[in-house]
Amino acid sequence: MKNRLKVLRAERDWTQAQLAEKLEVSRQTINAIEKGKFDPSLPLAFRAARLFGLTIEDIFQDQEPA
Amino acid sequence: MNKAHSRNRGWPAKVRRQTVKLGYWTLAWLLTMAIANFGPKFLWEQNEFLTVAAIALNLLVGIGMIVANKDHFRSLDELQQKIQLEAMGVTLGVVLVVGLAYSNLDIANFISFDAEISHLVILMSLTYLATLITLNRKMR
Repeated sequence: MKNRLKVLRAERDWTQAQLAEKLEVSRQTINAIEKGKFDPSLPLAFRAARLFGLTIEDIFQDQEPA
Repeated sequence: MNKAHSRNRGWPAKVRRQTVKLGYWTLAWLLTMAIANFGPKFLWEQNEFLTVAAIALNLLVGIGMIVANKDHFRSLDELQQKIQLEAMGVTLGVVLVVGLAYSNLDIANFISFDAEISHLVILMSLTYLATLITLNRKMR
């Protein structure tokens, strides 16, 4: 799954630690999501969407299997 | 300070609290384990009542440690929980497979010493630790 978390975070000039604090997760989790190593749960995706004032689809995009 | 911000600050503090709590319970369990193991020989000269009481205390503290472990697990975020679950799954598989093979070797007299439960505990600890380190590095 692709995501725009890093871009959205950079637009707001937030560090990974600041975003982690706002989403109540560890900085490691934000880093893993941004690098595409970990897909967040639906509740966390909703929290991120609420925080950025966007829809889940605006932040996370499904990737078609090759 | 708004409500959301104060709630956010609470999460790392909660994890820290649960980690410290788990540490205390684990330490207490280790101490009661040592007392139950060495007490009959070094402290109360094989007194049966005290031995049973020490084992019962160790069991009760062990239950407390399990509850503290569960609370600690629930306080973690979803990636940390995933890492812990994977590490536990790998550990369970390794200990089951290697433990039974080890027992078979003992039964067939291929090893010169008895297969002790403590060997299994050491294997369990090392497997869990190695898997946790590997997964944490992978997710870095």
